[in-house]
Amino acid sequence: MNREITVNVCMGTGGIAAGGEQVMKALKQEFEAAGIKNAKIMENCKLHKVGCRGFCARDVLVDVTIDGETSTYQYIEEKMVKRLVQDHVVGGKPITEWLVGDDYHTFHEKQTKIVLHDLGKIDPESIDEYLGVDGYKAAQKVVAEMTPEEVIKTIKDSGLRGRGGGGFPAGVKWAFCAANESDQRYIICNADEGDPGAFMDRSVIEGNPHAVIEGMIIGAYAIGSSLGYVYIRAEYPLAVDRLHTALNAARERGYLGEKLFGTDFNFDIKVKLGAGAFVCGEETALIASIEGERGMPRAKPPFPANKGLWGKPTIINNVETFANVPPIINKGADWFASIGSEKSKGTKVIALTGKIRNTGLIEIPMGMTLKEIIYDIGGGIEGDKLFKAVQTGGPSGGCIPQQYIDLPVHYEGLQSVGSMMGSGGMVVLDETDCMVAIAKFFLTFTQEESCGKCVPCRIGTKRLLEILTRITEGEGRKGDIELLQQLAEDVRDSSLCGLGMSAPNPVISTIKYFRHEYEAHINQKKCPSKTCNKLLTFFIREHQCVGCGMCIRACAVNAITGEKKQPHHIDQDKCIKCGSCFDACKFNAVLKE
Amino acid sequence: MEKQMEEVLESIYQKSVAHGDNIITVLQNMQNELGYIQEEAVYWYSKRANIPASQFYGVATFYSQFHLNPRGKNIITVCSGTVCHVKGAQRIVSKLKEELKLKDKEQTTKDMNFTLENVNCVGACSIAPVVIVNEKVFGKQSPDKMVKNIKPYKE
Repeated sequence: MNREITVNVCMGTGGIAAGGEQVMKALKQEFEAAGIKNAKIMENCKLHKVGCRGFCARDVLVDVTIDGETSTYQYIEEKMVKRLVQDHVVGGKPITEWLVGDDYHTFHEKQTKIVLHDLGKIDPESIDEYLGVDGYKAAQKVVAEMTPEEVIKTIKDSGLRGRGGGGFPAGVKWAFCAANESDQRYIICNADEGDPGAFMDRSVIEGNPHAVIEGMIIGAYAIGSSLGYVYIRAEYPLAVDRLHTALNAARERGYLGEKLFGTDFNFDIKVKLGAGAFVCGEETALIASIEGERGMPRAKPPFPANKGLWGKPTIINNVETFANVPPIINKGADWFASIGSEKSKGTKVIALTGKIRNTGLIEIPMGMTLKEIIYDIGGGIEGDKLFKAVQTGGPSGGCIPQQYIDLPVHYEGLQSVGSMMGSGGMVVLDETDCMVAIAKFFLTFTQEESCGKCVPCRIGTKRLLEILTRITEGEGRKGDIELLQQLAEDVRDSSLCGLGMSAPNPVISTIKYFRHEYEAHINQKKCPSKTCNKLLTFFIREHQCVGCGMCIRACAVNAITGEKKQPHHIDQDKCIKCGSCFDACKFNAVLKE
Repeated sequence: MEKQMEEVLESIYQKSVAHGDNIITVLQNMQNELGYIQEEAVYWYSKRANIPASQFYGVATFYSQFHLNPRGKNIITVCSGTVCHVKGAQRIVSKLKEELKLKDKEQTTKDMNFTLENVNCVGACSIAPVVIVNEKVFGKQSPDKMVKNIKPYKE
């Protein structure tokens, strides 16, 4: 019995959080236990740590491949491992009731994977596995056979645009930088992913760090740089570890360092840990941060491509942009340009989250409609509630309502309805989400993250937040909507950097599409989605209350009274509307209106 | 200043000279070694390196990674990303504050056992709401579940 057995365990952050480490450990133990009976299984067994494969909602995902036949299991827990190994690996019978269903395959079939192509398939900690999928071939071809001008032309022709938010054509940026006379030029990979609700860059670095490194080598060669930086969030320890492992391996093989691929080209990469400031996603602020200063943006021009890090010409691209570069070199600009829409080429990685059945990391060709993303890939709204809006672009983006469900997702499409691509976060909201509260949530974020350098952003976001707060607390005044609109436009038009210019987007778009919700808060002092607690009244439905006392214990201000097994009662004068009783009740007896 | 602390700072200084470390890296090293950014340490270092202390504070107060006050033994981090927010992260924060008897903007318990913080997004949106205690990630949490989950850390 000499079977080829591979077991893949999803070990992205989602996988680890769902218990990936324990499943891995149990697998090793069970194999050892089984190995006593049949030692040959052990010899051929490879336990892989694979990165994110995107379908985080089904973690822990485990692939068992025996002689080329792969079975994918979902929701695997530590205690299920024993049966998995016994029945499937030893006994040769897959456990059908644990296998993923058709929706798992639909989830993947609708996608076009360039950046995520090898994620979940190769071990991110092994350079040999990356080499096994044609890794570093593009870098070798570029450095050994192409001129920098040819590389830049290829990237220009491909139509690749920056995936970090702005969507500026990458090849054009590279050409600007290369045109400057200078003894040194720098290339920076922006991995300071700070949008709440975005995790695509982290997943790419965790799952395929070498692709990003290879993209940077190609970029460095094109612009003539000998030193690059990866600016990465310190809050992503796994990604940082895997990046270091990959950089060391690349250095050992001579893909980084001196005389790359036997030529005179030298290039190395340093890692800089971001210290936690959203504004550092802005190019000039990021540069200030690498230089060790407060991460505050400065006025442009001069653009970093002319005057950047330490005053030298600098290119900053985001993780996903770099990861797109090796495939473009390998397969050609025409191939890449054939995917996507007229003005937005290629694919976009999207973190699809929120009130949706299949949350996870997906990659779609540019131009796919919101409907296809949300219903075909995402599987529709969780719990059969009604779709209300989809928020794209994080705190810089806007909320898109039902009427635009057929909107194609690309840079221009999203901009046309007052939102933006941003880094690719997509949060689906249902009927229970209050749009005023959502706008307030994002303004809380931008107000906190505003660096304070320019007045419109520093004070404007604060005032916007104050007005939104009073509306959600029932203190809204007549004229507040107009005031918000006016102020939002002023902040947008007069702020120094992208953070301030885009911070009002959530307010502008929610007023535009959900004005009636604002009006209900202000005029009727009601929250139609029953989210804003201060505008609600909590009471107990006597016929449904079993008198268990859970709400009494949960209430912090002793507003609830009642005998055991008798219906309880909330004293409205004492109630502070915190909602604890609503959460605590297991019998749906607490009502909020 | 204690001799031990001086030695730690001196080694950070020597390393920074050798590697050309900037202020952010120095502060990161300082925090790793000392737990938080201590006033005494900043002034000692500012003299040693001949850099005004105001520059260190300028950077330390700008980035959310740096802590100017001592932190508890156990760090509870509640994710307040968009998805965690719409799935009720704020209710978890309220409950934990009540449980740990933290008032207003207090973050650390009086016995120094817990520090309650929030983070913009840990990128584990699929298992929202997410709470991290030290290194352990708890997904799909509710206020009550979290109260149970921090019990083992109370001893």
